[in-house]
Amino acid sequence: MTPGLTLRSRFAAVAVREVNALSRLLGRGSGTVAGGRAGLWVDPGLLTSLSRGRQVVLVTGTNGKTTTSAMVREGWGGDVAANATGANMPEGHVAALCASSAPRAVLETDEAWLSTVVGATRPAVVALLNLSRDQLDRANEVRQMAQRWRECLDAEYFHGVVVANSADPLVVFAAESASRVAWVDLPGTWRGDAASCPHCTRAIVFTTDSWSCACGFTKPPLAAASLRDQLVVDGVAHRLDLALPGAFNDANAAVALTVLSRLGVDVTGALGRIESLTSVQGRYGLRRFGDRRIRLLLAKNPAGTAALLESLEVGGDVWIAINAQVADGRDPSWLYDVPFEVLAERHVHCLGERRVDLATRLTYAGVSCDVVDDPDSLRSGSREVTLIANYTAFRDWMGRSAPC
Amino acid sequence: MLTIAVLYPDLLGTYGDGGNARVLAVRARARGLAAEVLEVTIGAPIPPASIYLLGGGEDGPQRLACDLLAEGGFVERVDEGAAVLAVCAGLQILGRSFAIEGDASYPGLGLIDAVTTRGPARSVGDMASNVDGRLLVGFENHGGVTVLGPQARPLGEMVVGRGNDGRRDGFRATRLWGTYAHGPVLAQNPWFADEVLAELAGEPLAPWPSVADRLYEERCALLSTRQADGDRSRGRH
Ligand SMILES: [Zn+2]
Repeated sequence: MTPGLTLRSRFAAVAVREVNALSRLLGRGSGTVAGGRAGLWVDPGLLTSLSRGRQVVLVTGTNGKTTTSAMVREGWGGDVAANATGANMPEGHVAALCASSAPRAVLETDEAWLSTVVGATRPAVVALLNLSRDQLDRANEVRQMAQRWRECLDAEYFHGVVVANSADPLVVFAAESASRVAWVDLPGTWRGDAASCPHCTRAIVFTTDSWSCACGFTKPPLAAASLRDQLVVDGVAHRLDLALPGAFNDANAAVALTVLSRLGVDVTGALGRIESLTSVQGRYGLRRFGDRRIRLLLAKNPAGTAALLESLEVGGDVWIAINAQVADGRDPSWLYDVPFEVLAERHVHCLGERRVDLATRLTYAGVSCDVVDDPDSLRSGSREVTLIANYTAFRDWMGRSAPC
Repeated sequence: MLTIAVLYPDLLGTYGDGGNARVLAVRARARGLAAEVLEVTIGAPIPPASIYLLGGGEDGPQRLACDLLAEGGFVERVDEGAAVLAVCAGLQILGRSFAIEGDASYPGLGLIDAVTTRGPARSVGDMASNVDGRLLVGFENHGGVTVLGPQARPLGEMVVGRGNDGRRDGFRATRLWGTYAHGPVLAQNPWFADEVLAELAGEPLAPWPSVADRLYEERCALLSTRQADGDRSRGRH
């Protein structure tokens, strides 16, 4: 337990552990959210007191925050507090900091909570990965989100370092008023939600390597790190050879390593540790379903799904599972923003509660598919399967399958 | 050749409405009608087209799209006979005026006798309306209240959700349709896609069965149940 807590905070921290122990005992999940909520009820300032004296890193963005947080933690090495179960709002942060007295913490942070969590934890580094449409029916419109990030990172209030993706105009808009920014220049960033300038709404013009608006808003020319054939951090080139698949994970690693370089961690050593990560919260790892081997991938929104489709290996079966519960966004029309046309040569099994919406989308994309009403009918087969699922569908399939 | 032009998907593409163009093109080709889809982005001139599609978007982009349409000769093209399908923000732009961040009454294109003001709360959820005896289903996500003038005819009567004002959804004029339904609306309602297409083709179309029919049946069944529940709970109060 962190020394120097007030009596109230100490009592609140006890509440977190007690409630978590109780909810585990009752079999209600890992209990981190329930305990954190109880602690914050006893002491609304609990996150502030638990963060005091620690070096905190916050990671946020629409896509990649869980994996990037895991990379920062792994690359940092040693004892690091983290909300590794994905509970990325203050109750999850409180639970993570109660569970570990490590002087260093990596907190994956929900986009909408960044401002609150920056205020409470006074982080040394805030990493901004990207910003695109996600779960729109919560009215979390991306331009408003960029504006809120910008306000909480303004030099007047925030004195840490911002590590930010300079290829994403909305991220640059959010970070440009911070006092210290390390830009990371990442290729292949999704542009669908940044077509009109956040300053003046005119068109942003994209070229292969840059972007700019007539009002003068433009991609920052100098980057602390850039990812092309190699990753260059502070002028030193590194070759990435990650166990995790996909170009988007190379981008996540570039951000994680830039964060670590700002914390004074040796980048080469950190890269070695990050390269050995094979699975993050069940994602990317192989699982068993009947006599099938399934690689389970999480995709929650157009940008994330597009990135996964690009990284699909040739051969193997493709299954896609889509739900539309509150955590997924109740409106699955985002499926029409995903370039499913790239699957034209494949056959897709459509799964999940909104499998008919998905099959309709795929039909209009000219992709051969079928609607699978009973997933158990797929238990036998020899070919390896890539299963792309959105949030609650991913959770369903984690439950339905077993580790290999 | 049917030319389907999606206007400013970079501004009015927030809710997957670009899918409407794909649906029209695929269903047209399935009936042996040639069709092409053009995406008109910011800065590009508005080309001649059989139908223009306008989607939903956020406040700033909505205002910019309205300005670009006003300057780009869109109204003239419509007067010359081009069809229009407008959804949500696109629908608001076609009216006399709409409320937008920083302006309670921004001038619209005036193609339809409709005025949109800011409503008391945002409406987010499944919606269904009755269009000439058939259900039109979709998903709404907006904070506007649209009031039609005496010249304007609504597209449907609300069954579930808010639409324009809690009673009616969208508007309908010659070769012009407006609705608050995302989904995209033509993907969720194959009959409506074919109605629009038949109007463009100038002839009735042969049926084209697909999995979209099952989607429509299931959404209708679900929303009808919800309407019945709503009626019951209203009855208790
Ligand atoms: Zn600008």
